[in-house]
Amino acid sequence: MVSDVLAPSESLGDAPDSEGRSGGGSGLARYVASKVAGAATSLLLVILLGFFLFRVLPGDPVQTMTRGRAVSAEQIAELRERFGLDLPLWQQFIDYLFGVLRGDLGVSYFYSRPVSDLIAERFWPTVLLAGSATILAVLLGIWLGTRSAWRHGSRFDRTATGVALTLWSVPTFWLGLIVLMVFAVGVGPIPGMFPTGGITSPDTPPGVIPYVLDVAHHLVLPCITMVAVIFAQYQMVMRSSLLEEMGADYLTTARAKGLRDELVRRRHAVPNAMLPTVTLIFLHLGLVVSGAIMVETVFSWPGLGLLTYQALDVPDLPLLQGTFIVLAGAVVAMNLVADLLYRFLDPRVRAS
Amino acid sequence: MTETRSPSDDGPAERVSVPPAGGDGPVVKPRSPRAIAWARRRRAFATGWTSFRSQRAGLVGLIALAVIAVLALAAPLLTDATGLDVTQATADRLEPPSMQYWLGTDENGRSVLLLTWWGARISLLVGLAATVLSVGIGTLVGVLAAHFGGLTSAALMRVTDFFLVVPSLVLAIALSTVLARGLGTIVLAIGLTAWPTTARLVRAQTLAVEARPYIERAKALGAGHGHLIGSHVLPGVLPLVFANTTLAVASAVIAESTLSFLGLGDPTQVSWGAMLKSAMDTGAVTGGAWWYLLPPGLGIVTVVLAFTLCGRALETVLNPRLRGR
Repeated sequence: MVSDVLAPSESLGDAPDSEGRSGGGSGLARYVASKVAGAATSLLLVILLGFFLFRVLPGDPVQTMTRGRAVSAEQIAELRERFGLDLPLWQQFIDYLFGVLRGDLGVSYFYSRPVSDLIAERFWPTVLLAGSATILAVLLGIWLGTRSAWRHGSRFDRTATGVALTLWSVPTFWLGLIVLMVFAVGVGPIPGMFPTGGITSPDTPPGVIPYVLDVAHHLVLPCITMVAVIFAQYQMVMRSSLLEEMGADYLTTARAKGLRDELVRRRHAVPNAMLPTVTLIFLHLGLVVSGAIMVETVFSWPGLGLLTYQALDVPDLPLLQGTFIVLAGAVVAMNLVADLLYRFLDPRVRAS
Repeated sequence: MTETRSPSDDGPAERVSVPPAGGDGPVVKPRSPRAIAWARRRRAFATGWTSFRSQRAGLVGLIALAVIAVLALAAPLLTDATGLDVTQATADRLEPPSMQYWLGTDENGRSVLLLTWWGARISLLVGLAATVLSVGIGTLVGVLAAHFGGLTSAALMRVTDFFLVVPSLVLAIALSTVLARGLGTIVLAIGLTAWPTTARLVRAQTLAVEARPYIERAKALGAGHGHLIGSHVLPGVLPLVFANTTLAVASAVIAESTLSFLGLGDPTQVSWGAMLKSAMDTGAVTGGAWWYLLPPGLGIVTVVLAFTLCGRALETVLNPRLRGR
């Protein structure tokens, strides 16, 4: 995690070099095709891993499921049949694969409902939380990174980099607990200003506007927690990428034309330095998802993260398997977007 | 005899017998290659250390790590482990800090100071073990992919890219769910999910090393794969691996605390993440028991920050391109 911040250009820089770089007119089509094929392979591997991890690795999932409880032999046999474990392995996998492709992720052991329904219910709260946190973190990171690089070595730069590094070293869940204690419960002179958990209060007056305000009120603390942990990566990448640009000739030219410093920065340097940051947003959505698991657990935010956490206690294997596939699959999709976007945005990658 | 050595290789040409770094008089007989190699390594290490010392942040990190490591190792000598036993606890639950309990007590009436102190041992142990595993896998995969190239490389890098894409926390959660709870499982879960960045880094570095002329010369002289990798590639790659390792420990410590916080750790062991889980589960947060939350969290932040600072300083030492930034 930490090394991602420190060597961001590594993964971005050599991502497009392995496949399809040497094309002319059909290069783009070949590039897109190879990336899509790569993503499809990854998705298949995710499904394969999801299958083998939860069905084969522990030997017997029924044993894992009933760990620590007294169950009779008939109950075990019934469970085995219900989860199709009495079939040969290859048939189980084929059934499972086509099930996943149809959107059938099995039935939750704990809720006795289709896993896909449970996931669909919890999907939007996570998108709302992770989405608003990502947008705020990107804005904050770009602003801080730009200022840091433009006056690099200054006190502002040193302070901002130090703060970012420190916050990056903070475990998300711990920061969440502290924020929860200080701003929701209240410590000393600070009163509890925000709700301690959930997404809505039971006593909200009817109507759209009160509802939106109530959700926003619940969103503040989890969102701030996530932003505090993830903005550092955008700041560091923006800073180093702008530092690379700053020696470039076109900036000297712009200055020689007599452009004001601020205009040189806003119109010339920053847009070019933004490229790695834009693709990074998509590449790092996986980390945002992981962060969401922690934040949702601490603030009882009813999203996919809390669903995963609640499934861990049982343990509800079909549900965990479903969230694993959905979360990993979403990241595979986002990476594909990042690859294609990078190629589309940066003419240098296209030309070479 | 033509020796083509790139100027970036360390030290003066070692085929001439150089007086050792200590300077113990004139050298009469030619020294063995092994001795020459060791002298060169010592010299490189001394230069590296001088360069590292000039990085104030890195030095601060190193000192912090040394202090924490000594404290963690000395825990059995300086404290009484019976205080960790729930049944032996005598104090009230969630007592604020006092003269007797400097950092207050937990929900069972145990000293938070003692728990934090002993928790450091588990957190560091798991962090280091997981790092050794992940860096080991990463180095192996990276070197093999770069050295053998072709189909081997394609297959290995495909797997690496896959593990790079899958969110590691989600995979680690899945792994530790299906395996039996325990420290070994946590180590395995972190190690198996954290190696891809190392693999990519090592592969890139190995490709750079293998492009150097002395590798070609060794091949022409009939060196086998084992000799090439062991004697030529690894010495060139390991310094970078080492810098990467310090950064990897930082993420492994965070990962350990995260998994323990989710309740996937060993329930019989005290670690910082497990302490924070009990703090959340037993109402220490809503009860305002800040003394139970701060020590383990600050412990994690200190260790992670110290490893990160050390790693950054090491990277600067080993990668001259970063110097002066």
